[in-house]
Amino acid sequence: MYEELSNVLIQILSQALSIFTHKLIPLVGVGGSVETLEKVPWEYVVFGLVVLAALGVVFGVALAIVAARFVVKTDPKVDLVRDVLPGANCGACGFAGCMGYAENVVANPEVAVNLCAPGKAAVAEKIAEITGKKAEKVDPKIARVFCQGGASLSQRKFIYTGVQDCAAAVLAAGGDKSCEYGCLGYATCMRACPFDAITMSADNLPIINADKCTACGKCVSACPKQVIELALMSKAVVISCHSRDKGGDTKKKCQVGCIACGICVRTCPVDAIKVENNIARIDHAKCIVCGLCVKKCPTSAIHDYHTARPKAIIDPAKCAGIDACAKVCPMNAISGELGTAHRVDQSKCIGCGMCAARCPKKAIDMVESVNAGSSHAASEKVGETVGV
Amino acid sequence: MWEHVLTIFIASALINNFVFSRYLGLCIFFGVTKKMETSIGMSFTFTAVMLIGAALNWVIYEYVMIPFHLGFLKIVIFIGVVAAFVQAADTIMKKVTPALYYKLGIYLALIVTNCIILAVPLINAEEHYSLFESMALALGSGLGFSLALIIMASIREKLELADVPKSFQGLPISFVLTGLIALAFLGFSGMITL
Repeated sequence: MYEELSNVLIQILSQALSIFTHKLIPLVGVGGSVETLEKVPWEYVVFGLVVLAALGVVFGVALAIVAARFVVKTDPKVDLVRDVLPGANCGACGFAGCMGYAENVVANPEVAVNLCAPGKAAVAEKIAEITGKKAEKVDPKIARVFCQGGASLSQRKFIYTGVQDCAAAVLAAGGDKSCEYGCLGYATCMRACPFDAITMSADNLPIINADKCTACGKCVSACPKQVIELALMSKAVVISCHSRDKGGDTKKKCQVGCIACGICVRTCPVDAIKVENNIARIDHAKCIVCGLCVKKCPTSAIHDYHTARPKAIIDPAKCAGIDACAKVCPMNAISGELGTAHRVDQSKCIGCGMCAARCPKKAIDMVESVNAGSSHAASEKVGETVGV
Repeated sequence: MWEHVLTIFIASALINNFVFSRYLGLCIFFGVTKKMETSIGMSFTFTAVMLIGAALNWVIYEYVMIPFHLGFLKIVIFIGVVAAFVQAADTIMKKVTPALYYKLGIYLALIVTNCIILAVPLINAEEHYSLFESMALALGSGLGFSLALIIMASIREKLELADVPKSFQGLPISFVLTGLIALAFLGFSGMITL
């Protein structure tokens, strides 16, 4: 047993030694000129080693010379930023890879630090630290559902018994819902959401969980009716209807559809709402999220995602009693004699904030109501601070 | 002799097109053809690297490897030469023409590991081509590859607007397309008989 093993070992060793003892090596190369030979002369092996080593040295020296001769000085910050970035080279920032973004964010003061989508706020903060750019408030987006006509509030054209999926239902004459702009309610968006942020209500409408939604847009592309859109989280007043039918038709099909009556247009204190193609749209650049239109809409088609609104409180010490707030208040909640401190009737105040904006003495504070405690409301209210 | 050079050029560009007849270099082919701009950039860079790489490899093969009987080291040495050359070109371009570097630099790194870049010197060595014939093969292959890239990019840009079934979107439909174009390229096969 041991003798056999030692014999094998000796054979292997003698083979290895033969390289150095100038014997012919019984080896056949792959391809090239050697394959025709039965035995490869040892010189070829030495040639190979020498030539490869020489080529390696030549290339190494040449590259070193080139690198030294054509050196490009780079900002050390670029390397720091590159190390912070995830290195996925996904291109979500709009530059060619992480290195491209690192170079641009360091070199160009107008490139924002929060463009890295996979890195999110943590990476943005680090880049802001390295580049010395300012941290600014960033308004996050959220998916909004533009339909409130659930199963109990809207009509059906026919009874659909096919595959329980919106993409399938829409193939059957555009879906079973009478309103061709509304949510079909077969939860395709819920299944598309990678973050479990969508649940279906008892009335078969999707509900977006503001804490979980990252505004990735998967539900937007999954919905065959384009009912879901991405919108700014802070603009919490939304006309939740997409119906372009005439007012009367909309009314027949759905109890909570926009009938393009124009009351919201007249109500809006900042002229942010327009009616076009039988649908009211809010210009979110102008909207001050006062919530007046929500109160006035006759079909409740406008939805206020603020679950609790603040109340106006007048500081009597600062109030000059000039009546400006009382005139501007849409609910007539402010009363008081000219020249004396005014009062706000808390039961009437809807927290629109127009008096606070109007008061020249800055005597009015918008105070969060005491019972506004739910995390949902808190996360809806203000954007988180992310470096820009 | 010039006739032979021309034959090699046309054969490598059309009849034995690397993408459509030999199915080489497909990773770059599918990678950069999403946009016309990137595929044109790739075409220029690729053809230039191909020409210079083939020339360098021809010199080394002819004057180093044959005298020393090192044909069996072709693959290692050819890759080494191309990698060293591309790395040097990368560094030099960054300093001398930054504009060109930012346009084409990202493709250079991809090219080092490309199979066509290796295949051309290997064929040159196998067939014992002269320098002119090697250059003809390199230029033909480069232009053939550029042709493939540009055809594919122009189709894929239109494909963005097409209503492709979901399971075929992206790479699958591109492979189907490549197969169809390859069929069309079969039409060249009777053009020259070598």
